[in-house]
Order: sequence, then structure tokens, then C-alpha cells
Amino acid sequence: MKARLKFSKIGSMRFIGHLDVMRYFQKAMKRANIEISYSQGFSPHQLMSFASPLGIGLSSDGEYLDIVLEHAMEKEDFLSRINAQMNEEITVTDFTLLEEESKSSMAVLAACDYLVALKPDKTSFLSDPERRKEVLSHLNSREKIEILKKTKRSEKMTDIKDNIYFLTEDRKAFENFTGLNYGQISLDETVLPLFYVQLTAGSVVNIKPELVLEALCGQEGEIFDPLCFQIHRLEMYGDLNMKKGEVHTLTTEPRCELVSLSKYGSKWIN
Amino acid sequence: MRKLALSDDILLKIEKPARYIGGEINMVKKDPKAVDIRFCMCFPDVYEIGMSHLGIQILYDMFNLREDTYCERVYSPWMDLDRLMREEHIPLFALESQEPVKDFDFLGITLQYEMCYTNILQILDLSGIPLCARDRMTEDPFVIGGGPCTYNPEPIADFFDIFYIGEGETVYGELLDTYKAWKKKNGTREDFLKEAAQIPGLYIPMFYEASYHDDGTLASFVPTIPEAPKTILKQVEKDMSDTFYPERPLVPYIKATQDRVVLEIQRGCIRGCRFCQAGMLYRPIRPRSLEFLKQRAKVMLESTGYEEISLSSLSSSDYKELSDLVYWLIDEFQGKGVNISLPSLRIDAFALDVMSKVQDIRKSSLTFAPEAGSQRMRNVINKGLTEEVILKGAMDAFLGGWNRVKLYFMLGLPGETFDDIEQIAVLSDKIAREYYTIPKEERNGKVNIVTSTSIFVPKPFTPFQWAPMNSKEEAEEKREFLLSKVKSQLNARSIKYNCHDADVSELEGVFARGDRRLCDVILQAYKEGCIYDAWGEFFKYDVWKKSFEEHGISMDFYLKRERGEDELFPWDFIDIGVTKRFLLKEYKRSKEAVVTPNCRAKCSGCGAAKFGCGECVISA
Repeated sequence: MKARLKFSKIGSMRFIGHLDVMRYFQKAMKRANIEISYSQGFSPHQLMSFASPLGIGLSSDGEYLDIVLEHAMEKEDFLSRINAQMNEEITVTDFTLLEEESKSSMAVLAACDYLVALKPDKTSFLSDPERRKEVLSHLNSREKIEILKKTKRSEKMTDIKDNIYFLTEDRKAFENFTGLNYGQISLDETVLPLFYVQLTAGSVVNIKPELVLEALCGQEGEIFDPLCFQIHRLEMYGDLNMKKGEVHTLTTEPRCELVSLSKYGSKWIN
Repeated sequence: MRKLALSDDILLKIEKPARYIGGEINMVKKDPKAVDIRFCMCFPDVYEIGMSHLGIQILYDMFNLREDTYCERVYSPWMDLDRLMREEHIPLFALESQEPVKDFDFLGITLQYEMCYTNILQILDLSGIPLCARDRMTEDPFVIGGGPCTYNPEPIADFFDIFYIGEGETVYGELLDTYKAWKKKNGTREDFLKEAAQIPGLYIPMFYEASYHDDGTLASFVPTIPEAPKTILKQVEKDMSDTFYPERPLVPYIKATQDRVVLEIQRGCIRGCRFCQAGMLYRPIRPRSLEFLKQRAKVMLESTGYEEISLSSLSSSDYKELSDLVYWLIDEFQGKGVNISLPSLRIDAFALDVMSKVQDIRKSSLTFAPEAGSQRMRNVINKGLTEEVILKGAMDAFLGGWNRVKLYFMLGLPGETFDDIEQIAVLSDKIAREYYTIPKEERNGKVNIVTSTSIFVPKPFTPFQWAPMNSKEEAEEKREFLLSKVKSQLNARSIKYNCHDADVSELEGVFARGDRRLCDVILQAYKEGCIYDAWGEFFKYDVWKKSFEEHGISMDFYLKRERGEDELFPWDFIDIGVTKRFLLKEYKRSKEAVVTPNCRAKCSGCGAAKFGCGECVISA
């Protein structure tokens, strides 16, 4: 029985890498006595996979983990059992059973929402609300947004204009765009929210919010210091028009039709 | 959200920030202000090593059972953080509260191997605690050492207020009660240490004085105050089934070296191998009851969520109820996503049956530790493993489908000849030949033999405490010789030879049997940059050599001499039960290559019976 859970990861847990978070969940499943399925063989492991690894230092309200259960479980039962085993900085916020034919969250991932904030005791040209508004609208109005994209193998100039689906300093406007209500965002009150952004994600093209910061700094002739910013993931989406190897954006044909991963393939919706 | 001692900026600059944030599963949370005693437990090596240590888990649990005490933990910051802490003047902190170690009442450091000595100084230094006990003031924590290296604490005597000689389960309660009473009286530091000196097993090095003969050997070692006893008696936990053992061990986020539930099935060993310090120190052997172990195995797996459980002891095959325990573990947990790992098993029919049930034969290997290549040499070291047994065990395993063998040996054992060394290669080859007697169609590909040697280091409280150790040059020559012999074997291509670094072994040898005069050498080496000496990449042999030279201390004095029968050793003030007379008798028997039966076969009157427990009581 395929299932998917959504969790938040904040505070000191930002410093736990994603493989260790996986190990953390494996142990938590055992402590919670949740009957999760195992692979075959002499060293069986729990059938478990992440939608997308979260970099060290980032926080999130929108992480997803796919698992396979031996039996169906009720949402409330699952959440209360797993959360009894979580520390105060990782909380499972949603759970759904998936249709048996549904693809893994990793395979369908198409976009992510982020909130970028300024850490306490740091300064940035973006902290002044007027300037920020101006800088963001300038970026939004550009024809091309070229940045140097580094991969393990190469470095090349890439235009990310079409991969920035929405960029705003205004939470309401962002919520209107995504159609979601983010509720209480688990970020420390000491940080200053700067902007919200939705970006292409997935195995073919994956745009990190750091690239948007780099583009903003480049545009303004400022030096980009990653230590100044707290990046917080808000949500992840799958694309209903998903086709292996293809990337759909808002401007392609077909365009991407985004659905939050907690609903994508869910047995309990439709 | 938890408050952290290190800023985001620092945590994002260093490797594995999870080493420093605490908050692990089953971490104990208490209000530091609501307790009388704050105890910081330290393993002076990197987090992943320290978190793998069972002893600390036992003591952490034991201390925290006391309502008046909060026990926290600290490990050595890795080199990257070490540099940043010094640059930015960040004091070393405990993982639980993230508060400075300097504010604690006690700093307890476990001493598991000699090569951690400079790391002790790093811990003190980064904490802002004076390195030498005599320079500490009222507000400084009491620094207390425990673990195997305290059986010769003299090379690090200056750095500790107290050494705890014996097993942690026994007299800590008394020490903490004494501390609480002393704190109420507003006494001096020395007042407390005088009271501590009267608790059995506690050694306060500053209350003792050593003098030396002209030849450098120890002339006398005596207490300087009436409160300090002449000899310190090792403390022993008599009932291993009615004592402290954690039900909720800590589980790190990052993968530790020991990433599993560890079940200590017994303490001590009956074997009496003459090179083995643990085998003498932890006498008599004391098993835990089957019921105790079953209960703990179940509870610990439930409370941690670990997917593996490992049995721990010096020689698991000597645990009488081993098959009951192992088959119970298999029945209870296999198929529920729990692996069972079984180190130190003697290879026999039972072991092979169990191994075939819990491991993938194609991927696992057989391990033998003959320790020496020739039967003569195995008699010298009293290792009761014969070639016949090894070859039969290997053959049974080969027929069962295994084709990988690991062999462990030592180089530089007392009285070793080049012929004895050659026999290491010969034995490795014989095992391979045994394999190839199986018809080709029944074989499982090529045999794969890995032969490893370490360099023998004579340790205090063993029959070889009188023996000279090989120099670095001798060890290297032997290694080259063995390599050439391995290469000339018929099955050379099936044998891989690994060896241990000789530089580090030499220093380990000096510290193992050193005296107080080494404190200054260690202090200077640390000040000149030596740290993490157990890690090859950081070991600075030249700095160490210079430090010895500048203090006019010869390493050869500690390494190369065969010590006289009447020589007073720096560790002779400690009584481990096993007598010096017994050890000397064993040393003499080793020279004649005469074996001594194990404790169960026949009591040899080693002296451990004075503790009145374990095998000594059963046999009597």
C-alpha cells in the first residue's frame, strides 16, 4: 500500500542531511510500530524515498516522503503514532494513501515554493521594503534572466526566466497565485521574510532559490553571501501533464498543471 | 526551537554540523538549574567514534537516573571546528544544554586508548579549564578519568584531579554524594579531593610522589598525605544482571561507527592470552543472565528503532547460553527488519549455522584471530587456537559456501623469530590450499584471504609487561620480510596482506608503560600542534620526537628494555586482583612456550578470586 507523508523540518534539524533524515524516519517507523514494507534479500531495507533532498541549512514546511505500508492506515492514526516519535523540530503534518499505480513523488516532482528570508544580524539590500519591491519587479520585467549554472560536470549560462513561475514580496499575492494558504509558517520570528517564489523542480531541470538570489544580486551589482539568507521550502508540486524526460513550464505546450504532492495520486481525493 | 551554542554561520562552514547540535533520540532533558550536580561525560575523539561507546551510554543512563544530577556529553571538535573555536574564542560546550563545559561540576573523560592523550588537552584547553590539575581554581570542574588507560594513568597524571580505577557502575554514587556534602560546606578543592581519596578505587594523583633511581627506573611511589591509600583497589561490579544498563540508549542522527543496539553479554574473559590487557583487567568473567539480556534486547530495539543488534564481549563463544540467546534473537527479530551481528565467534558448527541464518554467505567473511603464525608462538602467547582447528573451521565454512577469510596476527611478539613470522604466510597459504582441495565444480569461485598484522604493544598488567617492544625499524623489517614471504606462497594471488602503522605503535608503547615524567612531553607536543594522534593523517611523528628530545627523555627506555623481575612499575600501586606474582609466573611460562589452561578448565590462582564473584565463585 503506497502512502505519502508531508513533514516540516526546522531549527537544529536544518543541519541534518537528507540521508540522515531518512535514517531518522526509518527508526521512527520502527519505534512507532508502523508496519512498513521491506525490500527482499539478506539486508532488507524499508521501502522509502524522498521527493527531493533539502540542502543542509534550509528549513521547510513542505517535505515529502513516500513509503510502502503492509496495511492501509487512517490518517489520524498514522499522524498520532509517528508524531509521538518525532522530535520538536520535525513534525509530520499530512498523510495520504496513494493509488497503487501512482508514480513516486521524486518522479512527478515539477515545482517548489520557497520563502526567502534574511537571517537576524545580517544586512542586505533587500531588507528595505521599497527597494525590495523595485528590485523584484525589475527582475520580473526582464526578458532574460541569465545566471551561471554549475553542475558536477559543467558550468554554463542558463536563462531561468521561464523557470520562475511567480516571484513576489507579497504573501497574499503569492497565495492567490498558488491557491494555497500556508497558514503558520514554521520560521523563527527573528528572520525577516523577503520574498516568495515558485520555481521549476525535478530530475530534468531543478532551479534552486539560491539562483534567484544570485540573479538579484547580479542585477544590483551586490555580492551574494549565502550565509545571510534563510531559505524555507513551503510546498512541492507534481505536474498532471508530466511526461518522462520533458519539462513543462507556464509557457510550454502543454503547460504544467501543478498539484501539491499531498494531493497528487492520493486515494482520498478526486 | 533548541538553542545552539554555534551560530548558523559556523555550522554551515564545518563538516558534519550534526556532530555538535545534540538533540538525539533518547537524549535526557533536564533543567540544569534544578539539579545539584552537573556532570559532563567526554569521549576524547570525534563524535561518531565517541557515540559508539557503550560505557558512556551505561554511565549516562546511570547518572541521569539520579534526580540531583544532570549528565551531559561532549566529544572532540573536529579539526575544522577546533580552528574556528580558537579564532572566535568560543568555549567548548556540552551537547544537551549547549552550555560551556567550564560551568560543570565534573568533567569525566573516558580513556580508551593511549593515542587520545593530546585530545584530552584539546578538550580542557577549548573549555578554558587549566590543563594541569594543580593550576585549577575553586570554580573549575573536577576532571576525572576512567576506562582502560587508567590502569596506568601516570603519563597523564598531571592533567587529572581524580582517576576512577574500576568499573563505573560501582562507586560514582558515593563520589557524587560526597561532592554534594562538600559543596554545602564551602570547602576548598583540596578538602574535596582528600575526601574522594578515601573512596575505594579513586586515585588522586597530586597526593602521590614518585622518585627514581639513577638508571631511570622507579625507586618509590608513595602517598604524601595520610588520607591517600598506598594501593588502589580496582572496583568490580559483582552482579552483572542486577546493575545499570540503559533501556533507552542514545541514537545519533549521523551514522556512528557502532550504528546498532549493543548488548554486552558478559564482562571479562577466561582465556588468559598473555598479550591481552582486557583479559587480565576485567577478571573474573561475569555473565549476564539470559533473562536480563532478552529483556534488554527487546526494550532497546523498541526504544531506539535500530535495525541491528550486536552482541558484545571479549569472547562470545565462552558465554554458556550463547546458542539459546542467539536462536531466541533470530526467532524473535529476524523477518522483522532486524539484523543480528555476531562478532568474536569461534568458528565451529554452531557459528556456521548461525552465520548462514543471519548473513549473506556470498558477502560475509570468516574471521580468525590466530594472533601468531606458528604453534610455538601461539603457545608463547597462550592463544589456545591450533592450526587443526583453524583449517577444519575454514574447510567447514568453504563447504558451506563461504570463500572469504580474514586473518589477524601480531608482529613483534616476545621471542619471535623470522621462522615464526614466515609461518603467518604459510598458514594463510594452507587455508587457501585447503580451499582448492574442493573439486572445482563445487567451489564458489576463487578464495579470498586477507591477512592483517598489527604491531604488538606490551601493556601493563599482562605477563608481557616486562617484555621489550620492537623498535619501529625492527617492525618495518619484519613487515617487509612477511610481505616477501606472502608473495612467495603458492596461492600468493589469493592472499592480500595489510599492516598497521609502526610510528603510532611506538608512541602507544611508550605511553602504555610510561611514568609521570611523560606529562611534560605530552603537554609540549600538544602545544606544538599534536592532536588526533590516533588518526594517521594528523600524526606528527617529528614533533613528538622533538618533544622527547627536548625533555631529555628516551623512548627506548620505555620500549626496548626487558624490565627486571624486581623492578617497581609506575602502575604497581593499583591492585587489579590479578597479582604481579601470577603475571611473572606467566611471563616465565611464556618463555618456555608452556600454555596455561583457561579459568574454566582449571583455576590458576591469578588472584581475581578476591572479588568473590563470577567464574571464581562458580568454579570454587
